[in-house]
Amino acid sequence: MTLDIGTELLHRTTRPADPPRVRLAAEHVRLAYDEQVVVDDLDLELTEGSFTAIVGPNGCGKSTLLRALGRLLRPTSGQVLLDGRAIARTPTREVAKVLGLLPQTPVAPEGLTVGDLVARGRHPHQSWLRQWSRDDEAVVAEALAWTDMSDLAGRPVDALSGGQRQRAWISMALAQGTDLLLLDEPTTYLDLSHQIDVLDLVARLHAERGRTVVVVLHDLNLAARYAQRLVAMKDGALVASGPPAEVLTAELLAGVFDLEARVMADPVTGTPMVVPVRRLR
Amino acid sequence: MSVEAPAPPQPRLRPGRVLRAGPVSGLLHWRQVVVPVAGFAVLVLAAALSMGRGDFPIGVGDVLRTLVGLGEGPQPFIILELRAPRVVVGALVGLALGVAGALFQTFARNPLASPDTLGITMGASVGAVAAIVLSGGSSTGAILGGLGVPLAALLGALVTGVLLFALTWRAGVDGYRLVLIGIALWSAGTALTDWLLTNAEIYDAASAYVWITGSLNARTWDDALPLGTAVAVLLPLALAAGRVLGVLQFGDDTARGLGVRVAGAQAAVVLLAVFLVAFAVSAAGPITFVALVVPQIAVRLTGGSRPPLLASGVLGALLVVAADLVTRTVLPQALPVGILTAVIGAPYLLWLLVRGRRRATL
Repeated sequence: MTLDIGTELLHRTTRPADPPRVRLAAEHVRLAYDEQVVVDDLDLELTEGSFTAIVGPNGCGKSTLLRALGRLLRPTSGQVLLDGRAIARTPTREVAKVLGLLPQTPVAPEGLTVGDLVARGRHPHQSWLRQWSRDDEAVVAEALAWTDMSDLAGRPVDALSGGQRQRAWISMALAQGTDLLLLDEPTTYLDLSHQIDVLDLVARLHAERGRTVVVVLHDLNLAARYAQRLVAMKDGALVASGPPAEVLTAELLAGVFDLEARVMADPVTGTPMVVPVRRLR
Repeated sequence: MSVEAPAPPQPRLRPGRVLRAGPVSGLLHWRQVVVPVAGFAVLVLAAALSMGRGDFPIGVGDVLRTLVGLGEGPQPFIILELRAPRVVVGALVGLALGVAGALFQTFARNPLASPDTLGITMGASVGAVAAIVLSGGSSTGAILGGLGVPLAALLGALVTGVLLFALTWRAGVDGYRLVLIGIALWSAGTALTDWLLTNAEIYDAASAYVWITGSLNARTWDDALPLGTAVAVLLPLALAAGRVLGVLQFGDDTARGLGVRVAGAQAAVVLLAVFLVAFAVSAAGPITFVALVVPQIAVRLTGGSRPPLLASGVLGALLVVAADLVTRTVLPQALPVGILTAVIGAPYLLWLLVRGRRRATL
């Protein structure tokens, strides 16, 4: 039912002759820390305007993959392409104008105000002479207002609650003004209502600001609810990829998460919802 | 869908005053201007007082007149040739140590990171003590002795600094690792210095001890020149690195995400700090705790999230010149200036640790 509405919308907005452009792609990437290979020969394409969630059990390499997509980790073989160009050979500053990222637990220096934090998002657009232009100021003011953080601009980041802090970081990513946004478990350490708050914000970035979003998430139900596409990983390999309703099945949960579970429709959104039964050995 | 609402009064986004002229723009915090300016004014006063003290006392007014070229009688010689070098070396050493301390602390995100705790000043001591103790002995000792103490100290500091950098480097420099390896190097340097001293002739050991405590005695323009040149080159580079330093503070991932070439920037910051310290220590010995204390005082005076580079430099210069003035006038016996900075610095370090700031914990 919901899937039908989704495809109908898709057909209305994009002509079949004009498939969405691939913005970010991994080609045969092998990712390793020292000698330990975490991801091997993985391919993934992320199209313009998509909202993708990468899911998988702990240690499956999903964060590692995200790091590689955000050029924080260089593949030992294969490559990551940003708009068709090898990201490793693109000046990091140029990348920073197109692709923004939010690490899992970012640290703000003690005493830094929210306004200063969000202003740091303008770094790739600034230079030694041009440190705080009218453009910068307007963009930062807008980013703060859009994330509902304007009133907290003068507050030190370390005095904020967990949810507010995550909003501040998302505000900074917004101020960076990039088309693509990669987020590594943005809901870690947040209670459920703040998880929803943060993901609503990300969903608005996608819907209202046209951002292409890739997010690593632990919570399958939230991933299915917010993302248009789920990418499931296990042991460093891509197991399934597609709309949540197609990916999130009892078979996949058994195979990927060693979990016996029922999958039913989320009573609120109709997206698949996982009800765990027991762990399979 | 946008909701039309009356525009609220523009909230203050960031502290500070916006400056814009054509393509140039920036943000100025008044405290970050006032602190260095006021610090410099007090520094000039302390320097003038210091140059006035001695067997032939000269008033502050006369000192200042002499400095602008209006001195009379023996004053120009006494001030410009005999006393100014000591004060100028002191100020330059303080400046270099203050800036280097601010660089290290910001970079390592740890107020305990300083050239003292990282072993760099200890490396200079090894070089200097070796030059003093071994000269006249073996052939390598004779070579070291031939270099002279300042050059041997410079070499010792640079070797230790580069070693610290090389051992810490793992596709980037981790601040925590930097501090741990620095402490290990410091211990190794201490052991080496002690070994050299226990084997030294008594007169050599005594003069080595004076050097180790850090002293401004009998400095000449020859000591000031290499340090002055180094500061003239390194200080602008350090100030230019300030903008990137503000982003490096967020950690490697965020900094890279914001378009900073992290490895290159880290290498530049650490090496800048190492060179500043090496030249400073070479000129006056390891005047301890200046690089540790001053940046933390500076950041409390200016506010903000990291030690300000320029203010740390000016306050460092002020601290060394003032400490030197105090050791020569207030105390009954003229002590090496390094002892006084240690007496001030050690309790401060304890306070820093006891207060239990999150990032002061190792």
